[in-house]
Amino acid sequence: MNYLWAFTVGGAICVAGQLLIDLTKLTPARILVIFVVSGVVLSAVGIWDKVVDFAGAGATVPIIGFGHTLAKGVEEAVAQDGFTGIFTGGLTACSCGVCASLIAGFIAAVFTRSKSQS
Amino acid sequence: MYIKYKRPVAITQWASVVGKKESCGPLSGKFDEECADDYFGQTTWEKAETELQTRCIGHLLHKKGIDRKDVEFITGGDLCNQITSTAYTMRAVGAPFMGLYNACSTMAEGMIAAACMVDGGYASNAVALASSHFCTAERQFRTPLDYGGKRTPTAQWTVTGCGCVMFERFGKGPFITAAQLGRVVDLGVKDANNMGAAMAPAATETLKRFLYASGTECRDYDAIYTGDLGRVGSELFFQLLQNEKINIENHTDCGCVIFDKSQNVQSGASGCGCGASVLAADILPRFESGDYRNILFIATGALMSPATTMQGESIPCIAHLVNIKNKEEAHKK
Amino acid sequence: MRTNKKQYDRMVKNTSPRSRVLRNCVWAFLVGGSFCLTGEVLINAYRAAAFTLGDARLLASVTLVAISAVLTAVGWYGRLAKRAGAGTLVPITGFANAVVSPAIEFRSEGLITGVACKMFIIAGPVIVYGTLSSVVYGVILFVKGRYGL
Repeated sequence: MNYLWAFTVGGAICVAGQLLIDLTKLTPARILVIFVVSGVVLSAVGIWDKVVDFAGAGATVPIIGFGHTLAKGVEEAVAQDGFTGIFTGGLTACSCGVCASLIAGFIAAVFTRSKSQS
Repeated sequence: MYIKYKRPVAITQWASVVGKKESCGPLSGKFDEECADDYFGQTTWEKAETELQTRCIGHLLHKKGIDRKDVEFITGGDLCNQITSTAYTMRAVGAPFMGLYNACSTMAEGMIAAACMVDGGYASNAVALASSHFCTAERQFRTPLDYGGKRTPTAQWTVTGCGCVMFERFGKGPFITAAQLGRVVDLGVKDANNMGAAMAPAATETLKRFLYASGTECRDYDAIYTGDLGRVGSELFFQLLQNEKINIENHTDCGCVIFDKSQNVQSGASGCGCGASVLAADILPRFESGDYRNILFIATGALMSPATTMQGESIPCIAHLVNIKNKEEAHKK
Repeated sequence: MRTNKKQYDRMVKNTSPRSRVLRNCVWAFLVGGSFCLTGEVLINAYRAAAFTLGDARLLASVTLVAISAVLTAVGWYGRLAKRAGAGTLVPITGFANAVVSPAIEFRSEGLITGVACKMFIIAGPVIVYGTLSSVVYGVILFVKGRYGL
């Protein structure tokens, strides 16, 4: 059952993104920023935790989940370390995804070259 | 500015080279070379575009049977920043060179300049060249090639191609007899993914002024070609001309003929190489076969940069027009 | 010219074809949903391998990033994205694609001035504004905790 919810909720979030692309003048970069910031806000007000509970990866894999990770990170860090947690929380929590992308980017750049399209 | 050449200037040879996608299109087989490798055997896209131009000039010189040292004047450009692709090509060619940038209208602009050199008696031969490469344009104006993005329905596909023509005082033709140097026109289009719409007013303005100055009508020509308005731009061009009370029935857009609809190019093709390669591969040969006696070629260019687009500026555009005739028409009093 | 900017704006709007919203949304739903489903499968697989839920989620993300990097490197991600639109943009695979594609593209300008400088040219805004909003949230949490507001 959780597979179905992951698929449906994740797909629905992408549809929301597609509607923003097709029906507004927002560029993809702006849409991603809107999504990640809304991820932080939705987590801060406690909504996204509930979505994650029943949709699992459907709520964490879309870029809103990136915002959720940042918000969770800062919550934990502020609770544990106080003031310095404000600075360390977000980046520490998202470091895994960012670092993985960075490594992947570097390896890909070393071993492949850009390809023409058709 | 309306230019009536003192004497018709002969177009004595031409050549075109294109990339893979173009070679799969409706004009396949008409180009001098169709390269299946968009890298053209090079290591970077910029080098590839230089190689594309070098091969195109090579075909021109070979067909003409002359050496590169015999070229007295050459002009042209491309879409790369500081038109480096052309500059690097010219480093090897070694002929007196005038670099031009008017985005996709560069071919017509170069033809006007080269024909002036010959007509004025400053050079006994002159070459005009223009190229574009999908990959250099994409990485400069849009996003990295491997970045996943959906193209909007109004977007146009930059042609990987190069075209060049040689002018001389005498020849069997076709001939360039008149030209209209365009003015920058901007009707406020800001969408860099709808360049046809941005450029259509410039084409309208240039055609209108040319018809007025030359005292002719659209129906006097066998065909009126625009460079790369695409399907959306062509439709708008038609509407704008109607608003000017100009009726046009013989219009063809190079951006609509080089690819067919099944090639997933949205509104059509664009790029300096679009008009240039179609001119050399499809339009000029039709003078030899007798299909055409008198045509207009209007190349349009969108003069924005990634910086001005991000700064929210609208897109200034320009169109240059050349009138090409066969021997009989050109020497008619 | 007889057509003014206002009239022309209307002409452009009427003439330019619109996006095929329904078809785009179906593609976005199916492809986006599939990435999320893959994520869920991965999370369960890592949990079955005795990782905690938190670690399993992180590892699932890393795996998806790796999958996206491979698809990008062989040129399939871009091809899929031509149809899938937001379905390839919004999942974390889109983030990875946004990092990997400029890295590959700017390899020709060198490993430092090309790859490293341009790597976050597209994904950078997500990190910048995500981090900034987390800092704002952190300040709110801190002030709340300290002064009991």
